[in-house]
Amino acid sequence: MNRKLGDISFYGIVLILSLATLAILIVIIAYVMRQGLPHISWEFLSQSPEHMGREGGILPIIVGTVFVTLLALAIATPIGVGAAVFFAEYSKEGRVVQVIRTFTEVLAGIPSIIFGLFGFAFFVVFMQMGWSILSGGLSLSLMILPTIIRSTEESLKTVPLSYREGSLSLGATKWETTVKVVLPCCRKGILTGLILGIGRAVGETAVLYLTIGGSIRIPTSLFDPARTMSMHMYMMTAEGISREKSFATAALLIVIILIVNSIANFISNRMKGAQ
Amino acid sequence: MNMNMGAAAVQTSTMPRPTGAPAASQTPAMPRQAGAAFTEAKTEAADAELVFDINKLNLHYGSFHGLKDVSIRIERNKIMALIGPSGCGKSTFLRTLNRMNDLIPYVSIDGLVCFDGKDIYGRNYDVTDLRKKVGMVFQKPNPFPKTVFDNITYGPKIHGKKNRKQLDEIVERTLKEVALWDEVKDRLHKPALGLSGGQQQRLCIARCLAVEPEVILMDEPTSALDPVATLKIEELMDGLREKYTIIIVTHNMQQAGRISNETAFFLHGEIVEIGDTETIFSTPTNKKTEEYITGRFG
Repeated sequence: MNRKLGDISFYGIVLILSLATLAILIVIIAYVMRQGLPHISWEFLSQSPEHMGREGGILPIIVGTVFVTLLALAIATPIGVGAAVFFAEYSKEGRVVQVIRTFTEVLAGIPSIIFGLFGFAFFVVFMQMGWSILSGGLSLSLMILPTIIRSTEESLKTVPLSYREGSLSLGATKWETTVKVVLPCCRKGILTGLILGIGRAVGETAVLYLTIGGSIRIPTSLFDPARTMSMHMYMMTAEGISREKSFATAALLIVIILIVNSIANFISNRMKGAQ
Repeated sequence: MNMNMGAAAVQTSTMPRPTGAPAASQTPAMPRQAGAAFTEAKTEAADAELVFDINKLNLHYGSFHGLKDVSIRIERNKIMALIGPSGCGKSTFLRTLNRMNDLIPYVSIDGLVCFDGKDIYGRNYDVTDLRKKVGMVFQKPNPFPKTVFDNITYGPKIHGKKNRKQLDEIVERTLKEVALWDEVKDRLHKPALGLSGGQQQRLCIARCLAVEPEVILMDEPTSALDPVATLKIEELMDGLREKYTIIIVTHNMQQAGRISNETAFFLHGEIVEIGDTETIFSTPTNKKTEEYITGRFG
């Protein structure tokens, strides 16, 4: 009887804790939405900021966010997937691989401001790219690289050996096997990595603060400076410019992230159906 | 057991052995189940038509001596069964024939494995070409997570066949060869993983046939299947021997007896006895062989 009581009370505690977590999340999102949504209007989405952002909209900032994120993904995806394929398919567990693997894990744990500092010193100053989308995208890609490598590698490991054997036994080379059989099985894992990468990139402030400049004009080339939404929020709040605009941006960012996640879920479910 | 013993066996016991036969085999050459007339007509050609000639093959896995002085000659259009208890090296041996053991680290091989007269472990030997000619069917059906059509055309496409009409023909021909066409012709573009286990295995055989191999290696192809599906695969193999050479690893004694022309009995990495299936099953010369096939160990 005592053990049964213990079992029930343990269940109760776990239930309360998990509900508490959920409640905190809901409260945060609800608070941001309540503060921000009323200030989101067509003007807010379609106009440029005025008076340093006190008035007007955030169109250039949305554009800047999209550009930088896409650039970072475009750089990090091929490198990350390639590295993961090397680790999972080609490398024999040796010292060199061990070192590289450790290195990527360390990379994942480095505080983002350090990527910012490096990006500033290397891309902005040394490579003379200046404060630009290019500098920001490159720095950001370094930061999301470990995420993409890890999720791709984990997903490669789940592909059964029997698929590889089946392909090789038909006279396919290792490369053909990897590209035509193994990687297609990993589309979902790679996509998950990309979404996590997008999540980190979109929300990132510190890296971009030091590399992308902070211009509120619409960027027209890779060498233009720009500003992202999270940076915009930081500046609006830190410099006491506009609390409303800051929350409106926050609400919009949450909505965008939700949309990206839903699209990714939709795509990955359809992929599952295709198999 | 359908041993098909009879007049044929007596009549052809005078037939010459291929020269340089492996030392382990002490039985005289015996006829194939296909019948005496057929066998005699083919004897001369069969002597010349060795598909695999394996001489003193030794395989080490790390410090473990997996195969010891294995010598076998495998003739074209025959079914050779490899039997023996688990861990005796028969699957390992099978996988040396298409160099599938290359995938496993710490495996070292010496001895001579000649396929169509060439040493497949020799320098500059093209492994992908070998695997195209020596196909493999695995223990567990392993269709790719693609459509039925894409599974079969995977091999031909890799080897350069891109023409849609040609691919359609290959799909129809191979599926008919494995007697799967009627079952799947309406779902060629549906996922192969939706088929039943037996259908999947026949699809894997069709996929293997699609690259037009000379030899098909089968690693316990029916051990994951139910009796009905097993029977279908066995019937299929009987038909395949006209065009292909089949080497099959099996745990099922009846299966070896039913389908194979020759049987090799492996124990602890060595060939204990090799020869005509009928002889091995009726009058084995080695005591261990007899004990194994009568089920006293294994």
